[in-house]
Amino acid sequence: MATIYDNLEQAARDLYIRALQDIPPDVRSALRRGLAAEEQQNNSTAEQVMLTILNNIDVADQHQTLVCQDTGLPIFNVMVGAAAAVSIPELKLALRRGCERATRERPLRSNTVHPLTRKHTGTNTGEGIPVIHLDFVPGSDEILLQIAPKGSGSENMSFLRMLNPSDGIKGIHKFVLHCIFEAGARPCPPVIVGIGLGGTSDVAAGLAKQASSFRKIGSSNPDPDVAKLERELLDEINRTGLGPQGLGGATTALAVHIEWAHTHISQNPVAVNLQCWRGERAEAIVSSSGDIRPQ
Amino acid sequence: MSEYHLRTPLDEATVRRLQLEDRVYLNGSLFGIRDATQIRIFDEGVCPPTDLRGAACIHTAPGVKKLADGRYEKISIGTTTSTRMDRFAPGLLHEYGVRAIVGKAGLLAGSVEAMKEFGAVYLAIVGGAAALETLQIEEIENVWWEDLMPECLWKFRVREFGPLIVAIDAHGGSLYQRVQEQVAERIKSMNLA
Repeated sequence: MATIYDNLEQAARDLYIRALQDIPPDVRSALRRGLAAEEQQNNSTAEQVMLTILNNIDVADQHQTLVCQDTGLPIFNVMVGAAAAVSIPELKLALRRGCERATRERPLRSNTVHPLTRKHTGTNTGEGIPVIHLDFVPGSDEILLQIAPKGSGSENMSFLRMLNPSDGIKGIHKFVLHCIFEAGARPCPPVIVGIGLGGTSDVAAGLAKQASSFRKIGSSNPDPDVAKLERELLDEINRTGLGPQGLGGATTALAVHIEWAHTHISQNPVAVNLQCWRGERAEAIVSSSGDIRPQ
Repeated sequence: MSEYHLRTPLDEATVRRLQLEDRVYLNGSLFGIRDATQIRIFDEGVCPPTDLRGAACIHTAPGVKKLADGRYEKISIGTTTSTRMDRFAPGLLHEYGVRAIVGKAGLLAGSVEAMKEFGAVYLAIVGGAAALETLQIEEIENVWWEDLMPECLWKFRVREFGPLIVAIDAHGGSLYQRVQEQVAERIKSMNLA
């Protein structure tokens, strides 16, 4: 009989592949809205880019192929129900085995190398990889597993600035637009802009990653002041005219997502993490009784 | 804006004719190169084992599966960020005769100048659209330097490979530069300083 660890391994394997092949519905809708915006403004090159993106998603659906060749670094969010009978070290090993199986069985290009020697592990796993963020929820005996195999073109465009408190909200606007300008065409726009506000430097960077890679497009931050800043920044970023693939146009960002934490009186940390138009992620629930329910 | 369906190898007159934002579809051969491939050519001084005169090169590290007979089956072939490899572009043109570089995110001012001098173009592909590229690559015809896997020197046979957008022409024009200037201007006008 399959154990919960077998199911977690299977779910991790399947989710890694699914995230690379099947673009989430909210991302597809946002891309279609982008195409409509370019058509309306008669941006011929931008329209061509958006059409090609949507065509590429169709081809991946029809042929069951990867949307992009970058199979990323696997990042997991795991929400463990407090009533789930599971050992956390075993769970971590199961997720690692799932990534290794996806890499071997699909097969997926392996990207993991030693940062100094650049020697390949060949498995898309290694020291600290997969990245696993664990959290616990009361009451449930189920485990929610989310993956974002983050691609590198966008990840290389990551930014952190410890602004002064006196720089205020205006400083945040200015820094985010500076990041969009600096990143230019490299993160494969239209991008999902993830912003982490507050906390400490590491917390801000982590929140920016959660915002860019795990939040659904169309969601807004529950704090009305933060949600307002999300709307304002999206409008400003799209007014820059950088456009799809940085070739000009109206669709530079599909969404701006902000996550925040309280911070120190003398700090104003802002982290920016960009996600490419693919917006790759997938999730499933693994129950104690043994079934895997893709979400 | 014009549309061209070109066959490799490319000659100087053909690439000089292309203007910014023209659409190009490539037929024939396409050579795959990446960071490690060009470190070998230029930093280690190893001459590429194939003739690149008139060639179109793409910045890629494909996902492949090795078959029993030693050939490679395509799994996913897409494009990586060109700016990372900007310093190698002038050498590809002047030393080895490459006429077109296919990639995403463009090349910098020195490469734009080299393209003008030598007669070469940068063709922007839609980054991330690997499903489509993989479909348009008919076969992996050859591979050299397998020790650099996946950053080997690859030779693909392509059919109607595109749409590619002329983003740097052979006359000093760069669409990236034009857009960046506009972006800087618009951010300035938002009065955030």
